[in-house]
Amino acid sequence: MARVKLDNYVVPAAPRLGFRGWLRWIWRQVTSMRVALILLLLLALASIPGSVLPQWPQDAAATRAFVADNPFWGPFLDATGFLDVFGSAWFTAIYLLLFASLIGCIAPRAAHHYRELRRPIAATPRSLSRYDGAGPERADVAPDDALARASAVLRPRAGWVGALRGYRVRIDRRDDGSVALAAETGHMRELGNLVFHASLVAVLLAVAYGTLFTYRGQAIVVEGRSFTNAVSAYDTFSSGSLFDPSDLDPFTIRLDSLDASFSDTGRPLHFQANVTYTEPGEEPVAEEISVNHPLESGDAKVYLQGNGYAPVLTVRDAAGEVAFSGPVVFLAQDAAYTSTGVVKVPDVTTGEQLGFKATLYPTFLEGPFAVGSIHPDPANPVIEMLAYTGDLGLDAGIPQNVYTLDESQLSPVQDEDGQPVTLRLALGETVDLPDGLGSVTFEELPRYGAFDLRADPSLPWLLTAAVLTLVGLATSLFASRRKVWLVARDDDGTTVVTGAAYAPAHDAGVGGVLERAIAAAAGREPAPGAEEKEEE
Amino acid sequence: MNVTELSVMTLWGATTLYAIAMFAYAIRLARVADEKVAAKAAVAVPVGAGAPADAPLVAEAPAASSPVKRSAKAAGIARATTLVGAMLHAVGLAARGIDAGHVPWSNMYEYTISGSFFAVAAFLIIQRRRDIAFLGAGVTGMATIALGLALTVLYKDVDTLPPALQSYWLVIHVSIATIVTGILTVSFVTSALQLMRDSRATGRRWAGARFRWLEAVPSAAKLEALSFRMNAVGFVLWTFTVMAGAIWAEHAWGRYWGWDPKEVWSFVIWVLYAAYLHARTTQGWAGRRSAWLAIAGYVALIMNFTVVNLFFQGLHTYAGS
Ligand code: HEM
Repeated sequence: MARVKLDNYVVPAAPRLGFRGWLRWIWRQVTSMRVALILLLLLALASIPGSVLPQWPQDAAATRAFVADNPFWGPFLDATGFLDVFGSAWFTAIYLLLFASLIGCIAPRAAHHYRELRRPIAATPRSLSRYDGAGPERADVAPDDALARASAVLRPRAGWVGALRGYRVRIDRRDDGSVALAAETGHMRELGNLVFHASLVAVLLAVAYGTLFTYRGQAIVVEGRSFTNAVSAYDTFSSGSLFDPSDLDPFTIRLDSLDASFSDTGRPLHFQANVTYTEPGEEPVAEEISVNHPLESGDAKVYLQGNGYAPVLTVRDAAGEVAFSGPVVFLAQDAAYTSTGVVKVPDVTTGEQLGFKATLYPTFLEGPFAVGSIHPDPANPVIEMLAYTGDLGLDAGIPQNVYTLDESQLSPVQDEDGQPVTLRLALGETVDLPDGLGSVTFEELPRYGAFDLRADPSLPWLLTAAVLTLVGLATSLFASRRKVWLVARDDDGTTVVTGAAYAPAHDAGVGGVLERAIAAAAGREPAPGAEEKEEE
Repeated sequence: MNVTELSVMTLWGATTLYAIAMFAYAIRLARVADEKVAAKAAVAVPVGAGAPADAPLVAEAPAASSPVKRSAKAAGIARATTLVGAMLHAVGLAARGIDAGHVPWSNMYEYTISGSFFAVAAFLIIQRRRDIAFLGAGVTGMATIALGLALTVLYKDVDTLPPALQSYWLVIHVSIATIVTGILTVSFVTSALQLMRDSRATGRRWAGARFRWLEAVPSAAKLEALSFRMNAVGFVLWTFTVMAGAIWAEHAWGRYWGWDPKEVWSFVIWVLYAAYLHARTTQGWAGRRSAWLAIAGYVALIMNFTVVNLFFQGLHTYAGS
């Protein structure tokens, strides 16, 4: 590309471009190879911060902490899009420009390619000296016959089939009495290249389509309980802007059991949810969901994304009434499933509301300085909890996180010395709270599964586009682009054949084709290796 | 001796043989360069300025003058040690796989021993078709370093696969990724030689007598053609790797793409090699600049196996263990 020429009054000879001229100029720049290259490099560069800095969509908690810890850089990077790189205006601008460039590039190339396919191939150049040559060799037959033999080994095919899948050949009788053969192949390569680039656009379109129609929801289900596929049943739910909630089919999933197996050292071996799946109006069926094996339900898939313990706790209040009873989801904090959870008991018959912050140790071990869990299996489950009394703050109408306790209006339950009391319960035990506040019972220890339901109607399209991309790419890189020429002339009664070939530098095989063609013309066996070389 | 010891011992054996091969290949390069210079002087026909550019890819020394080529001896030793090293390497890899009960590419130690194996294997396979002995020193050198690092720093005892990895996609996705690493390693050596050879040819750098061995290396244009073919294969396979990874992510995590650090870097690598392919056909970028882009792509690939595994948080965390 020539150095960029500006609309410049200083250069009188330069034509003024005018508005449309400028538009055309800009479009030519955008669709130039060099701009495509620079945009690709920018795209690579712009992605890198997305892996170095915490990102909102990937890890909101870490990003929030990052912003809080870096009073200057945090808000600055957040405002400039560096904490959501792949949704930022500048990243979007780069890839949209790239795709504009891509479309501007393939449309004319496709049209050109179509015409090329139907156009007869060019005649043999006057001078072959610029190319890698072969010969001269003597042939024992007339020039026409020699070239007919060469043509036969090239197995020519006519029309666009030949242009794509083999050699197209033309033979001309020239003014100087010589006969010239031109053969070429290589349109497959260009076609592959066009398919590849067009499929990239298709990939982008499929992704966009998916973003508009996708939905995903997360739900935690305790062993023995069920879950119905409805927006309100999910703990969290998100969807694309064109998603219609009535698209959800109201199936139910009952978690019969959750199998979690661990090695002796506590490494996870296998997780599997055994569920009963019921579609409306159908018989229930037993299904298994495990990591890497989601359950397919219509458009949607249900994934097992996590698991843990949900101890069943019963809390009695000061009057001895059951104020709370049921499984409480605890979140695992480490590989040994030391888990934390919160119990909120607003409905007490007398006195203040109760709250608990609890830690579960599946295989409890008490050492001299600390307590902990040494294995994720429940060999010796123990819960330690701190009790609070006061106002849980549930009436304010602000949705609360079920995993945290709002301690602003709560005070810890203390012993005579004024120390907060730590209650310790083994499975099946009941402990009394001090001051006759009531009691807590650790009844059972079921597991729960964290399920993720997701539907993305674009997936089949995306896969098709991806496969086309791959096929187009492989064709474009591996198909050969070759030209072979032979010239035969009559030299005092003997026929003399010279040849030449042209191919990109990396294509060593073209020499073999030329050798076979000229050998056929000369009526001899091709040199050993010519066949095999072509395969390379 | 149990399987674990067998694996470690054969891998150490391979490391040693590769180190020997590296020296033998280096000596061979120096000898071929000497012989070439000597032959040129002996023939004393003005060859014209373009001579180095026409050096055949089959880098053979003019044989007629020296009946027993000293380079041939070094080349023989190099080839034999590489071959035996690769066999030991294969045994070590297989033993590791048997020991672990799964394909040996599920943590950094295993990636490194299998990636370096595929690099040597790619070299040996290409060598069957064409003489690329000039790449030998670089490839065996890198394999020596990789294996040595793996055995001393990265070593981990065998362990069971975590549930996320229990999938046939581990075999498909990660094996192709590791094979790509092998192929692109050989290509990286080629591109590096291309840049050095080019600099020497134009007298910019590497021009001194210490780098006379560069005379034994084919012309920059030939090296570019060679590295292009490897990069083309590598790029197609990498495209497949990324796609297979996306399918697996869809199966395991319920999303095909989530810009997890490992995915970001896979994308960066892909875009860099795409840029390289464009640069090859862009005026002013073909040659040196595109070679630099291929090298940048390779650096990103190695980053993805090392820095990203070790320092960045993401769903692919098991990769660092
Ligand atoms: C989304 C961004 C793009 C990607 C990922 C991409 C990727 C590729 C790849 C991998 C190749 C190698 C295939 C081959 O060498 O035959 C290629 C070739 C090519 N690309 Fe792109 N491309 C992109 C955008 C563009 C744009 C915007 C243009 C227009 C300026 C363009 C024009 C070309 C041309 C003309 C070739 C053929 C080069 C040749 O071999 O002669 N590409 N592209």
